[in-house]
Amino acid sequence: MIRDITIGQYYQTNSVIHSLDPRVKLMGTLIFIISLFLGMNILVYIVATLALAGLIIASKVPFKFIVRGLKAILILILISAAFNLFLTPGTVIFKVWKITITDRGLKTAIFMVIRLVYLIMGSSLMTLTTTPNNLTDGLEKGLSFLKYIKVPVHEIAMMMSIALRFIPILIDETDKIMRAQQARGADFETGNFIKRAKAMVPILVPLFISAFRRADDLAMAMEARCYHGSNGRTKMKPLKYSKKDYLAYLILILYIGICISLNIIF
Amino acid sequence: MSIIVDKINYIYEAGTSFERHALKDVSCVIEKGEFIGLIGHTGSGKSTFIQHLNGLNKATSGHIYYDGQDIYEKGYNMKELRSKVGLVFQYPEHQLFESTIFKDVCFGPKNQGLSKQECELRAFESLKLVGLDEKFYYNSPFDLSGGQKRRVAIAGVLAMKPEVLILDEPTAGLDPKGRDEIFSVLENLRKTGITIILVSHSMEDVATHVDRIMVMNDGILKYDDTPKNVFRHHKELEEIGLAAPKVTYIMNDLKNAGFDVDTDAITIEEAKKSILEIL
Amino acid sequence: MINHIKCDKLKEIVVNEEISYTLIRNEENNLNIVKAENLTFEYIRRDEEGNVESINKAIDNVNIDIKEGDFVAVLGHNGSGKSTFAKHLNALVSPTEGSVWVDRMNTLEHENTLRIRQTAGMVFQNPDNQIICTLVDEEVGFGPENIGVPEDEIWERVEKSLKAVGMYDFRLANPTKLSGGQKQRVAIAGIVAMKPKCIVLDEPTAMLDPNGRKEVIEVLHELNKKENVTIILITHYMEEVIDADEVYVMNEGKLVMQGKPRDIFSQVEKLKELRLDVPQVTELAHELRKEGLDIKEGILTTKELITELERIRGLKNVNNSR
Repeated sequence: MIRDITIGQYYQTNSVIHSLDPRVKLMGTLIFIISLFLGMNILVYIVATLALAGLIIASKVPFKFIVRGLKAILILILISAAFNLFLTPGTVIFKVWKITITDRGLKTAIFMVIRLVYLIMGSSLMTLTTTPNNLTDGLEKGLSFLKYIKVPVHEIAMMMSIALRFIPILIDETDKIMRAQQARGADFETGNFIKRAKAMVPILVPLFISAFRRADDLAMAMEARCYHGSNGRTKMKPLKYSKKDYLAYLILILYIGICISLNIIF
Repeated sequence: MSIIVDKINYIYEAGTSFERHALKDVSCVIEKGEFIGLIGHTGSGKSTFIQHLNGLNKATSGHIYYDGQDIYEKGYNMKELRSKVGLVFQYPEHQLFESTIFKDVCFGPKNQGLSKQECELRAFESLKLVGLDEKFYYNSPFDLSGGQKRRVAIAGVLAMKPEVLILDEPTAGLDPKGRDEIFSVLENLRKTGITIILVSHSMEDVATHVDRIMVMNDGILKYDDTPKNVFRHHKELEEIGLAAPKVTYIMNDLKNAGFDVDTDAITIEEAKKSILEIL
Repeated sequence: MINHIKCDKLKEIVVNEEISYTLIRNEENNLNIVKAENLTFEYIRRDEEGNVESINKAIDNVNIDIKEGDFVAVLGHNGSGKSTFAKHLNALVSPTEGSVWVDRMNTLEHENTLRIRQTAGMVFQNPDNQIICTLVDEEVGFGPENIGVPEDEIWERVEKSLKAVGMYDFRLANPTKLSGGQKQRVAIAGIVAMKPKCIVLDEPTAMLDPNGRKEVIEVLHELNKKENVTIILITHYMEEVIDADEVYVMNEGKLVMQGKPRDIFSQVEKLKELRLDVPQVTELAHELRKEGLDIKEGILTTKELITELERIRGLKNVNNSR
């Protein structure tokens, strides 16, 4: 389960999607999410499904990688589906004991599930096709206007990229520490909630210590390599829009245009 | 007690693009009281293999018998197996978490469900075994030096009174002093009759201490013999990224230079004797 | 450089004699890339209320001069002060007493810091904890980015440094997925790309397997020979030291031995006392000598041992035939 978290895991391959400017991909993800929340129009969802399928094929990322991210939030999806399913008022279509399902409830639950699933798939696709550094570069440049109101955009972006880089390492580390404590007879699987929470202490303490040690080492390694913030810093791979990026923006505008008009017309 | 490993295979992340056949038909018998060296380059399957012996990994196919009992049989007490086969991971000091050294060493026995008194007795015994000065017992483990921390972590596993002790590169990252301290602990332990399996990258260390060497390469148990017999294959070992102890090469060079010395010598002591004999 | 400091500092020199003294000293020693003079560094441990509990001297009055272009090894077991010394060379810590100059720049002067770090690049022990980026080429480009190298030149430097360490084929790989030895080579390339005069390596091989260790040491010798980069290798593996130009041994913060590898390895007993290893050839020769064979001290290679044994055999044969 702990290995199912796909966020921050880049899938290396050559595809059109990989080569797009991260700002386009960020904007694209945002537009895709907006389109999902426009309303509960089946036509919009058909367009969204087609768009998502097209993007996944174009990205050359194996489908199982994209759905892997879903496993981690399966419970969240189920809970929100259940809430919508059982607690939405409307015409009752099914009733057992105190549980009632209404037509509206069924509809919102289905849309809710699709929304969440698409949302995760869409953002997984973005992180799988964009290196964390590229992603934060995109954020840094895309939000660079915030500099003028004294938001430390560069520093935030740097922190994000380092955090993203360390996620897989800390996941591996957690796994290792768990095994080491299991070898000392620790039991994480049985017992009630409090007992299980207590059983986490032997994992969390070493994990925090290791995270701090790594942070300390990394800070020193960065300083040793002359890192001193954004002041006077150049970029090896500065973001520049190319033709395909402008084309992608055009497609995005077209896409959201279609979605909005479908929503208004039907 | 003995461990019989019968044709185990382990396939890592089956069905994904990361699929890897990490162990291929590995079979061996480990008898009580043996001191075994397990060598192989990084990624050869050593670490995967040792995690099978205490049930942290489950073989995709094949069987492991501990004391004649199949550990994969339904209802087999894995927790008990883990206390009988103690596993000291690489950089074990990273698993320390308690506020005092003493408490940390008690963690294992406590998980075994022993009484407080018994836990403390065992912690005391095992800290003694690893030769840590008593004045440190109630200090924080995080104030110790690297070598001391590692010995505390080993004590944490010893406190469970295992019959087999497996150590994954216990000297990695330590200086010569720290390494010597670990080996003197292991030599003391061997006298107690415990079975020791030592994973190591140092051929010199293995040659000086163990009775038997297992060589892993690409998931296959390539050699399983006495150190002398294994290091006789130094050419084949080089092909798989390993080597014989340096002194063996020195002896081979001497032989080529016309000195009739014993090329089977794997320790300085043996080499010295052999040279003195011919001069 | 020196003139630059002089202009900047002129006013202060007038009022502060100590600084002018420093500058004169600097010019006297301008041949040396690294110079530590009476260097002392103290760790102050405080208890929970902030009172001083103990003062540990991590470095105790150390004087070291390192010539440009040398391959220098600093030996000592953990806690001997060798890592703290390395950090001084990168201005990551400041001396409690005494001073350190890197390429004639005093590490105490704050405005030198960036230039010092660029001149004396540093590689650390844990390969995982010094990787910042997710692609090898970006990782190598990180240093040059920080010092404001223009884009095109960064690419040139990245290519050149990756080729120098033999990692160019991996430029698009994820550095965390590489082997330990490869990670350290990438880390070295990351430093080389900043065009340093000197590379300080703090136990770069301690966490590697023997093959990785070999890779790293080979790369260092190559850089030293081909690019004339001064290498300061902090280690406790004696085998890595044999080919060094100069060896320093530290113990409990003090410099206890200094010399050519042969001089150092001639003193097997002293090294053992310091709890350090000697290469197996040297130890074997030393053991044979203890048994009464007339072998000279400080044998570093098998070839030397063979020569000595042949000489002894020759002598014996002569004696026997008499």
